[in-house]
Amino acid sequence: MTLLRVENYAKRFHIHHLDRAIEVFEALTFTIAPGQFLLISGPNGVGKSTLLRCLYRTYLPSAGTALYQSLNGAIDLARAADVDIALLRREEIGFVTQFLRPRPRVSALELVAEPLLASGAGLDDARPQAEAILDDFGLKTDLWAAYPTTFSGGEQQKVNLARALLRPRRLLLLDEPTASLDAAARASLTRRLGELKDQGVAMIGIFHHPEEVRDLVDGEIQLNSVNSMETDDVAD
Amino acid sequence: MILQGETYPLDAPRLTTATPLLRAAGLTKRYGRITAVDDVSLDVYAGEVLGIVGESGSGKSTVMRLLNLEELPDAGAYHLDLPGLEGVNLFTLDRFARREVQTLQIGIVYQNPHLGLRMRYTSSGNVAERLLITGERRYASLRAAARSSLSASEFPLDRMDDPPRVLSGGMQQRVQLAKAIALSPRIVLLDEPTTGLDVSVQATVLDTLKRLQRERRMAIVIVSHDLGVIRTLADRVMVMRGGRVVETGLTDQVLEDPQDAYTQQLVHAKL
Repeated sequence: MTLLRVENYAKRFHIHHLDRAIEVFEALTFTIAPGQFLLISGPNGVGKSTLLRCLYRTYLPSAGTALYQSLNGAIDLARAADVDIALLRREEIGFVTQFLRPRPRVSALELVAEPLLASGAGLDDARPQAEAILDDFGLKTDLWAAYPTTFSGGEQQKVNLARALLRPRRLLLLDEPTASLDAAARASLTRRLGELKDQGVAMIGIFHHPEEVRDLVDGEIQLNSVNSMETDDVAD
Repeated sequence: MILQGETYPLDAPRLTTATPLLRAAGLTKRYGRITAVDDVSLDVYAGEVLGIVGESGSGKSTVMRLLNLEELPDAGAYHLDLPGLEGVNLFTLDRFARREVQTLQIGIVYQNPHLGLRMRYTSSGNVAERLLITGERRYASLRAAARSSLSASEFPLDRMDDPPRVLSGGMQQRVQLAKAIALSPRIVLLDEPTTGLDVSVQATVLDTLKRLQRERRMAIVIVSHDLGVIRTLADRVMVMRGGRVVETGLTDQVLEDPQDAYTQQLVHAKL
């Protein structure tokens, strides 16, 4: 079964005040099945993050289709209504970035629990789950009630990962989630991703040190430079 | 191959089966020769926050006054998907019926607390006034309702009988918020609710709004020129210029990959 079939995906930015178009990638085609892990590779600036963002719809793709098999039917991520994308983000598709957006006076624990609360969980239910995952990523207990605005980059990243990986997901988009993590936290992240893969979660990711996830990778999307792109054939 | 208008239309919602709680279509409002709002349409679902951004004079405040039934448009329809109001264009109701909808179903918080509050009444009295309008006369009930709304908006209850004029700006906005939610409306309109507050006070007010939003699943429309506020609260954004909608989209998409030339300027003008 194919979870996501991306065909002829393209992204071009239009910078109106320069009257310029910037081509990032075009004619990108690949598929991913549940439980598969695809690595996006290529040199800096080639559009790896842009591809993830075009799937999550933080960026609007310029052309192509991304047919996603949601629990409620197939839908093209490139053209789906904003409210449908918002629904998929709440329930099925997660995005893990390198950066946390901490808010003043919101504690680490509250930030992590927030997505669970937003999808209808009660505080009594969300709190222990949030604690467990923070513990798993090795954030010191005495920081749980503190405000992440004051945390180091590595500590913020642990909060960020905990927040992003707490809810069950069917498709995870990973944008250098290991950047700025210490070795122990990288190991627990890799372990967590392995568990998610075993549960059937499909993942598409960019990793600064791909050797850390080597055992998880099923295929590679190789981005070179514009107009000269290949993808490894990944079995359905 | 350059450049304008190369975006394609999105599909109609397919996974989202609910109907929008608030639906406004073709809103047009003229003042003399000026068209302040020109064919604006918007949908907001229960539990969703729609942000409206645009510079002064873009028509966003006029849209809010129309949605609050303070004014009638020259054209357009306004529907709330609520029991008893199905299929009713609210603009066609007589003014008593409009007033009832406004009172019971719509809460509003203004940038300027003088617009929303009686500055010399007690804060609790300001909130309880909403219930008086609906006919509640028992002191204990009014008091309990004021207390519960003020508490929900995280106002310190030991100050509930202080008049707004002696309160800080952040506290005044919490009283406005308590008043807005006192009758548990399904629609809440926020017109620059945190503009003029200290950044740290602003953050706590935004967190209160976020929590209330989550717990009460209201449809919220927020107008702000502060893109940080919009990013924190809004699920979707509508960009207005010269009375028209120039772009709508998911908040992160509009802020990070704006399609329209004006939106690109607006987003990049951020400090």
